[in-house]
Amino acid sequence: MKKVFFLVLLCCLIVNPVFGTDVIKLATTTSTDNSGLLKALFPAFEKKYDVRVDVIAVGTGKAIKLGENGDVDVILVHARDAEDKFVADGFGVNRRDVMFNDFVILGPKNDPAKVKSAKNAADALKKIASSQFTFISRGDDSGTDKKEKALWKAAGIAPAGKWYNAVGQGMGATLQIANEKQGYTLADRGTYLAYLNKIDLAVVFEGDQAMFNPYGVIAVNPALYPDSNYLGAMQLIGWVTSVPGQKIIKDFQINGKPLFIPSAVK
Amino acid sequence: MNYIGQSVTKAFELILGFDPDIYFIVWTSVRIAATSAFLATLAGVPLGLLLALKKFKGKRVVSAILNTLMAVPTVVIGILVYSFLTHQAPLGSMGLLFTPTAIVIGQFFLAFPIVAAMVFSVAQGKDKKILKTAYGLGATPFGAIKSFIWEIKIPLLAAIMAGFGRVIGEVGVAMMLGGNIYRYTRTMTTAIALETSKGEFALGLALGFILLIVALGVNSTVSYINYRSEKA
Repeated sequence: MKKVFFLVLLCCLIVNPVFGTDVIKLATTTSTDNSGLLKALFPAFEKKYDVRVDVIAVGTGKAIKLGENGDVDVILVHARDAEDKFVADGFGVNRRDVMFNDFVILGPKNDPAKVKSAKNAADALKKIASSQFTFISRGDDSGTDKKEKALWKAAGIAPAGKWYNAVGQGMGATLQIANEKQGYTLADRGTYLAYLNKIDLAVVFEGDQAMFNPYGVIAVNPALYPDSNYLGAMQLIGWVTSVPGQKIIKDFQINGKPLFIPSAVK
Repeated sequence: MNYIGQSVTKAFELILGFDPDIYFIVWTSVRIAATSAFLATLAGVPLGLLLALKKFKGKRVVSAILNTLMAVPTVVIGILVYSFLTHQAPLGSMGLLFTPTAIVIGQFFLAFPIVAAMVFSVAQGKDKKILKTAYGLGATPFGAIKSFIWEIKIPLLAAIMAGFGRVIGEVGVAMMLGGNIYRYTRTMTTAIALETSKGEFALGLALGFILLIVALGVNSTVSYINYRSEKA
């Protein structure tokens, strides 16, 4: 019996090696991870502070849930209303602005629903809905999904029907589906630029104030979860809002175009 | 079709160029799956033998449950284990969610019923005389069981490999409980799902090929051992 116990213990050690380094668990959105920004942002931080950042890339809704449950130490998300609620409800502390970009409406290059002539975002969605042209929605309660729902609401439309496809997947997968089906979709500019060469869709609408997309970073409240890595979370927040961290965000480019505009250091 | 050709070429470049990321992912997968299969063996073999060799009440129920568990979707196991490991759950304070250990726990429940059920069916078909003979020769109960296990070693190995096969290729548990964390819990299957969603088919395909090679290796080993033992 002792032998078996020893073997099980040995297995645990092999599988879960105890690192000397501190681990910070970050829940973030698929849009930041799929764009490749985090791989540029964190290595220098990990080296400098001898920590390891475990990135769990999910939708903003799920990321906030992970924070509420205390399953992660810090979240980096983009849904301002939900973020404020997260802090107001006592789950998060020390919210900081990190960066922003904007959302764009993508569609087939020949733009069959004539979205390009729209006056604003709500008008653009109205055109898609009235022509019943295929629209691919994230449908996963992510930041992009929340934004899309808000825009539909502003357009006064409850989207439903065969043309409206809620796929329940990350930003990248949703772009792939929109591309294969040659439909319209709402995407953050960062992910769109990262996928520019892989998809056959064009920006058909952009520039509306309503499509502004700010990202915030929030530490999970240590008063609620004393065993969370609060110090690590604050180190990470410090890094992404520091001058070198913000510079990495500013310099991060894909296909020769910047993806995010830093907003913590003016 | 040019697209597929390019992806395949890229895949072999990555494999033959010993891309460190790829090999780390493969190592993570194999390490986690092997541990799960090993723990499933530790638990599954005794249960399988118990079902086959002992008569007791509720035996049919246990074997029915085992057969059902063999068919349970991986995501169901995933969500069940998740609900025990999340921070506010009974085991939440251990901080196991999104670690390799969490994947091992989930995969254990996938592999365990397979090992137990296969050992059960093999042991049932085997002549119980071995046990009596061993007792007759003055063996302790433990020694008798040992010689019985030795008799079924080949199908036992096949059972363990079947357990390994079930977990190395599954994505539900690895994604839900591991969280697909780069250089930590990213396995071959979760990496394939991620790369596909990113449109990076070459890396996904490369991992797919390696997964096939691992499966082929495991299966050939089992058939070879089988072949050798039949010859002997």
